[in-house]
Amino acid sequence: MRRRYFIALLAAGSAAGGVARLAADAPAEVEVIAEKFDFTPDTVKAKVGKPLTFVVTSIDRVHGFKMPDFGVRTDIVPGAETRVTITPTRPGTFAFFCDVFCGDGHEEMGGTLVVEA
Amino acid sequence: MMQTDRRDFLRLAGVAGVTFTAGLFPGRQAMAQADDFHFVQFSDTHWGYKGKANPDAEHTLEKAIVTVNGLARQPDFIVFTGDLTHTTEDPKERRARMKRVREIIGGLNVKDIRFMPGEHDAALDKGEAYKEYFGDTHYTFEHKGVHFIALDNVSDPGAKLGEDQLAWLAADLKQHKTDDRIVVMTHRPLFDLQPSWDWTTADGAKAIDLLMPYQNVVVFYGHIHQEHHHMTGHIAHHAAKSLIFPQATPGPQPRRPPPPPYDPSQKGLGTRDITIGKTTTFVELPVSKA
Ligand SMILES: [Cu+2]
Repeated sequence: MRRRYFIALLAAGSAAGGVARLAADAPAEVEVIAEKFDFTPDTVKAKVGKPLTFVVTSIDRVHGFKMPDFGVRTDIVPGAETRVTITPTRPGTFAFFCDVFCGDGHEEMGGTLVVEA
Repeated sequence: MMQTDRRDFLRLAGVAGVTFTAGLFPGRQAMAQADDFHFVQFSDTHWGYKGKANPDAEHTLEKAIVTVNGLARQPDFIVFTGDLTHTTEDPKERRARMKRVREIIGGLNVKDIRFMPGEHDAALDKGEAYKEYFGDTHYTFEHKGVHFIALDNVSDPGAKLGEDQLAWLAADLKQHKTDDRIVVMTHRPLFDLQPSWDWTTADGAKAIDLLMPYQNVVVFYGHIHQEHHHMTGHIAHHAAKSLIFPQATPGPQPRRPPPPPYDPSQKGLGTRDITIGKTTTFVELPVSKA
């Protein structure tokens, strides 16, 4: 509980315009599995103003998780849970993708965040 | 005179060239440039690629070599700005592809060839195989009063230049006057061209910051498989077409669309002939039909 709050606090500083939303409820969570060369699921839904935490695990090798529109990126190391919290401030579709070159198929390794009003 | 040579060549080969002229080196425009020269940029040859984006993939490089060998005035040197080979996760196959590329490139009349890795060549083994076949991944050289710097933003799988290379770049630049003519060559764009398509260099902004005090800098790169021109302040960045297949034009889509369907007229493929003088002239040389 405490840890989750801390991560949300951290992410609010860097994610697009998350500051005012901090007082809102605890982030929703979505589990995402990374493996060569997919994220599962590869389409994630979110709501404007609602914090969302990606809980990402890799089942094969080190991948990356990058969302340029939210100013976040992290390595995803097998055997560890990587948590990334974002708070969308406007509706739209936004990319997340692997930014650690992981093999022949790396360039297709990505997904879409669909933010609804 | 250069102009005539080029027209002669175009007539000879029976192809149309597209030219783009830019005021490179703006600080030097008033000065007479006695030693004009030109070089040819090959990019993204992706040897080993098999797919529908280019059914002629196996022979495209050979055809382009015929084109360049047919130039009326041979280039001073030739540059390959990365992705010489297409990714394979098999280290033996990676070396076999590099060996084959070296053999094919041996057919170029011009023997002064400068190589650079792309992420397909180098990101899975941090440039280990690449170095065995093509040498250093970053280096400098001089040509007719122009200082060339080849940067490696691909051997790090996270697309970083890294602190060591940035320190090396800073030390190299310190040896130059702020009005020296500098050409930077790299694989990925140093600026944020399209971050959601991963068309960036993680720490490219740091390299641009180091280059900013220099008045006459131009950057040539590849990676995006299309012609593209962009300014960061006074620094011009020019992307070259790929020899293998074109990529989608940057647009608002959050994810990069697949390459456009194969075009039998080979639209989007080519090599680039760059003349450096008072201004810079690019002539896009389509892959020969020979
Ligand atoms: Cu990956």
